[in-house]
Amino acid sequence: MKIAENTFGSKYHVDEKGFYGRFGGAYIPEMLYPNVDELQRNYLAILREPAFQEEFDQLLRDYVGRPSPLYFAKRLSEKYNAKIYLKREDLNHTGAHKVNNTIGQILLAKRLGKTRIIAETGAGQHGVATATVCALMGLECVVYMGSIDIKRQAPNVARMKMLGATVVPATSGSQTLKDACNEAIRDWINNPVDTHYILGTAAGPHPYPDMVTRFQSVISEEIKKQLLEKTGRENPDYVMACIGGGSNAAGAYYHFLDEPDVKLIAVEAGGKGVHSGHSAATTQLGKLGIIHASKTLLMQTEDGQITEPYSISAGLDYPGIGPLHAHLYETGRATFLNATDDEALQAAYELTRLEGIIPALESSHALAKLGQVAFKPDDVVVVCLSGRGDKDMETYIRNLPGNTGGNV
Amino acid sequence: MSNRIDQLFAGKRTGVLNIYCTAGYPELNDTLPVMKALQQYGADIIELGMPFSDPLADGPVIQDSSNRAIRNGMSLKVLFEQLKNFREQIHVPVLLMGYLNPVLLYGIENFCKKCAEVGVDGVILPDLPMDEYESEYKQVFEQYGLHLVFLVTPETSEERIRKIDSLSRGFIYAVSSSSTTGKDKDMGNQQVYFERLQSLQLKNPVLIGFGIKDKATFDAATTHSNGGVIGTAFIRALENATNLDTAIQQFVAGVK
Repeated sequence: MKIAENTFGSKYHVDEKGFYGRFGGAYIPEMLYPNVDELQRNYLAILREPAFQEEFDQLLRDYVGRPSPLYFAKRLSEKYNAKIYLKREDLNHTGAHKVNNTIGQILLAKRLGKTRIIAETGAGQHGVATATVCALMGLECVVYMGSIDIKRQAPNVARMKMLGATVVPATSGSQTLKDACNEAIRDWINNPVDTHYILGTAAGPHPYPDMVTRFQSVISEEIKKQLLEKTGRENPDYVMACIGGGSNAAGAYYHFLDEPDVKLIAVEAGGKGVHSGHSAATTQLGKLGIIHASKTLLMQTEDGQITEPYSISAGLDYPGIGPLHAHLYETGRATFLNATDDEALQAAYELTRLEGIIPALESSHALAKLGQVAFKPDDVVVVCLSGRGDKDMETYIRNLPGNTGGNV
Repeated sequence: MSNRIDQLFAGKRTGVLNIYCTAGYPELNDTLPVMKALQQYGADIIELGMPFSDPLADGPVIQDSSNRAIRNGMSLKVLFEQLKNFREQIHVPVLLMGYLNPVLLYGIENFCKKCAEVGVDGVILPDLPMDEYESEYKQVFEQYGLHLVFLVTPETSEERIRKIDSLSRGFIYAVSSSSTTGKDKDMGNQQVYFERLQSLQLKNPVLIGFGIKDKATFDAATTHSNGGVIGTAFIRALENATNLDTAIQQFVAGVK
């Protein structure tokens, strides 16, 4: 793993002050300063320690099951007339890419002498991945989750509890991911000494966007090696990923950021339609602002109040976007599309029937746009299949074409 | 020395009482009546909260008051409208406290200009980084004679406190424990910190905030500082008040 190579000076990587272009930074109240400062000062040095890298690599290999396969999806490729590969993050232990980051952060927390872990979660994947590594390391774990998400992602709540975590409902605001994140930050303010906050996405104050991206960069590192083996070339023509905060996309893009021939496609959650008033397509609806201590694009009212987003997928139901992605959007390095709830559902049913893989609702948003990109038959397309669909079965069954509400 | 905050501290060095209330709370048009009552019953400084949807440094009581104020229709635009002629009635120093996002969207220069126009004396923006203030906004704030007040906590290093003291104008807001507003933490444990702050002999007056709710906690805080800030306890007092004026009179009398 080369998670700590020096990337300062690259146009698409974070600068010394924690910015990607005009996005990023650490807009934190003074109460958080010691915690965030400690991380800013230490994260790169810790990530560079050979012993850290060795432990991280070993856990990713033996515990998570990496490398995750790069699967050539033959029938999907035939349908969309391109060479489509799926990066199978859904096959990781705990069922999504989130665990790459939680393994990295728990090792970091231990080196910083922290004994208590907090996290936010939307779909519950990051919460489960955090509860898992806390069980593994024997650390106390508190996960904040929006009350609405607790209802729509019940299996993951049960998993977190079985793993020994305390799940605290966030009852403020829209009672989803944004509010869970607020509550986790407030917890950190109140517990500044013994607690590490394992933030699950490439957002929040510097150094989180860069740190999370580096831990997730194992995804693109593997894609390069695996593509070389399978096709004789390291770089695909396209990398596609869904974006809420943007951690799986950041990891899937990372080693291609400075390779202009690789086209990056990001798919946001369109909800019921971008202009329906029920959407989470931040680049389409957002303006420059500050959310969770990061200057980025965010959905807000004309008075600067943060808007309640909407998506069928709890993991994408976020009114902001990580600062790296805001920068990729503004510079045109990545192309941003969005998929509606219905399009994501149809894509999930399609992948299930064509390839025998039930994807997470989040990942289905990326799959939903395969028909909208003008691929050439020889184009190599990698889609990051960020998670599996077990947690979404209730939604899938309820919306199954022809299901009239009876038993299935 | 035209700023009212400086004038206040020039004449009063101890027991300065700063009370926080959320603009547009409990009802949209209560902003001015609450301020008038606070002045009448003896608050030395009024800190007016600009409600924000996601106030990270605030506990549930102030969050709820912010949400209610937003639902009432409060915004920066409405607030400046309400404050248009408030200096005809209110002479105590007034600060606006809030979060950076709505201010950024309003425009920093536009915001400072409006503050100066209506007669606001200072601003507290907990999530505005000191470095960014210094390099990008300090000049604008000073141009409009607006004081920016920074926070310090028990974990803030001396080096950083010195830097904050050099940039802060008006006073320094010492958070009495590393906590969101409204948390009950033992004030006794904070005495060492208050004494340490006192021993630094800072150029700015120091007001202790967070955790003050009555006479005992106010007195404890002001032994080693120039005064204290009360927020959550005051919002609680307004929450269930049948008569605002009486509730405010009783609250202030209970502290002083």
